Amino acid sequence: MKTRQPKRDTVTIEQGSGGSAMMKLISDVVLKNVTRWGRGGVTLRDLDDSGSIVSGDLEIVLTTDAHTVKPPFFPGGNIGTLAAAGTINDIAVMGVRPLAISSSLVIEEGFKRADLSAIISSMNEVLEEVGADLITGDTKVVEKGDLDGIIITTSGIGVTPRGKIVRDSGLRPGDKIILSGSVGDHGMAVLSVREGLDFELKTKSDVGPVWEVVSAAMSVGRVTAMKDPTRGGLANTLNELATKSGVGIEIVEEQIPVKPDVASAAEMLGVDPYAVTNEGKVVMGVRSRDAEDVLSSVRATRRGREAVVIGTVVKEHPGEVVLHTRVGGRRLMEPPIGDPAPRIC
Amino acid sequence: MRRLRTEERISLDLSPFQSRELVERAAALLRRIAPKEELRFMHVCGTHENVVTRYGIRSLLPPQIRVVAGPGCPVCVTCPAEIDSAIQIARKHATLFTYGDMFGVPGSSISLRDARGEGARVKVVYSMADAIGMANPVAGPSVFFSIGFETTAPITASVIRSGVPKDFAFIVSHRLIPPALVALLDSGKVEMDGVICPGHVSTIIGTHPYDVLAKEFGVPVVISGFEPLDIVLSLVELVKQHKRGARVFNEYSRSVKPEGNPRARRLIDEVFETCDMDWRGIGTLPSSGLRLREEFSDLDALKKYRIRVRRDDRMPTGCKCSDVLLGSLSPTQCPLFGSRCTPDSPVGPCMVSSEGTCRTWFLHGGQDS
Repeated sequence: MKTRQPKRDTVTIEQGSGGSAMMKLISDVVLKNVTRWGRGGVTLRDLDDSGSIVSGDLEIVLTTDAHTVKPPFFPGGNIGTLAAAGTINDIAVMGVRPLAISSSLVIEEGFKRADLSAIISSMNEVLEEVGADLITGDTKVVEKGDLDGIIITTSGIGVTPRGKIVRDSGLRPGDKIILSGSVGDHGMAVLSVREGLDFELKTKSDVGPVWEVVSAAMSVGRVTAMKDPTRGGLANTLNELATKSGVGIEIVEEQIPVKPDVASAAEMLGVDPYAVTNEGKVVMGVRSRDAEDVLSSVRATRRGREAVVIGTVVKEHPGEVVLHTRVGGRRLMEPPIGDPAPRIC
Repeated sequence: MRRLRTEERISLDLSPFQSRELVERAAALLRRIAPKEELRFMHVCGTHENVVTRYGIRSLLPPQIRVVAGPGCPVCVTCPAEIDSAIQIARKHATLFTYGDMFGVPGSSISLRDARGEGARVKVVYSMADAIGMANPVAGPSVFFSIGFETTAPITASVIRSGVPKDFAFIVSHRLIPPALVALLDSGKVEMDGVICPGHVSTIIGTHPYDVLAKEFGVPVVISGFEPLDIVLSLVELVKQHKRGARVFNEYSRSVKPEGNPRARRLIDEVFETCDMDWRGIGTLPSSGLRLREEFSDLDALKKYRIRVRRDDRMPTGCKCSDVLLGSLSPTQCPLFGSRCTPDSPVGPCMVSSEGTCRTWFLHGGQDS
């Protein structure tokens, strides 16, 4: 039987979901067509959370992120919280204090002014929490139907002494992996109010800035690598850390905090809680001797109270994340491909 | 139905079934009683494969006990021709509602996802109730792609019995587990030393439909729940039956009654009748499918839009999904696995559905026991 491979001359929805499908799109289409990807600092090809340029003794860190979320208001926040926190966190996980952001709004004709106002003031709350500023922006309105509600693109900037940036490739065997709190909260909270699904979830989105957590950790110990487990969730983040650092990671499943209602909803939908988005968490590698100090320092912060050591970095099985399951089994924790699709039975 | 009642779930304490200590004790018992020769136990449920892989159960078993996945993923056994019909309807006639699993499964050439990219009207829903809620007769007719085993069939039946919205029809692709197992054993296409029967399906049909497997084919049968301890205890039971003789054992008695759910069965009976059905990669299995009874035939989308479904159970070139579905090949033994066939570019159906064995192995690093 002749079967043509499904057409790949258009961009598919899976390619925007943060998993390996998206990485393939980026490398096949974006990286292939760019020749000036930076030099000296963190470049486009590094595909880190932010890029950087070196200027004298300083390194300037820049990141950008477009935000769409359905629905724009969800339990625990809205697209404004997300847009401000998302960008601030991409700077923060480079180990750099976020200084300022820009915000570009693309709004669908007919969008409620009160909603817009609520969104902007949520952005401001996030800025207040970290002491960063919104210093420039842009506003466009498109015809009804050209867009579903609103898209917010934010860019963020931070400055640090040259060479002080924390990368996502610095794990070394022996390091401990610290997770700043429960996983799956944002993804499941948003899913719970998505069209067609309605279920009660006590847990709200964890969306919020993580700079306090990051600076608490860095003030007491050596952080070797860091990422925020956003799209693709914990599973994607751990795999990226392992691959880019050329090491293996061993995770103890019992240590991974998942709130009971999140676990329960994920189970019923057939969604993997380790593969759904978080918007206010950090995964970091720390030197083994510093792990206790970092943990207690992080636990003293508002957003890091439930921080735990979830695993260890090993030199075996480089690029792979091995999960020791709750019942004593072992399996690979693979990065998700696209958005998790619920099972039907 | 898929309306979620998380509170209820939380109140049901499943923690003993996830207890490491109990699972380890059961696994130790299994190691003690396992015979020297290899035993192949087949399950026929995507959720079972998910539990086995997600908890790394195979790494806990003695090497001679092999757990293989049978044709238990409803998406994987849906034929290309059925998907082609759905695509045709979405292109020309109506808004097509489908479960997310089905969305990316290739038909004879493209998937519903590809078709949507090309302009066909396809919407992904989590339940049929959602499809009904989202259907808008003013905007045009709607069709629900109704797939699944005995678990989803009563939901379809109940909606049909209580009345569907105007201009709403169904592609009925429901399949039945026990007749398929009987047909497979009868054909000699599968070899197995025991079968782990699906808990959810059995909640509807009860335990008796499996009697024939134990009595006539001498195959050990256990109906299993979906927690790690359920699986390991079920394997212990199968090994015991292998020594002492086959019977039907209900390990999932906290949910499955011997008589099943008579109301759900009656609903299925009122709305559907059995028919021979093609299973992707396996062939036609007698009385293994459901179709709408004559009195509901106006709800049959294929009739309504005069779509001809040609019989077809062929697989894409090089694809070994049929062997994987029959449990005679592990996913990693397929030459396409992980190279030409990956979850973001699947060749065969088992790589598409979250219940598919190949996809589960790819994502959760399954390995031979």
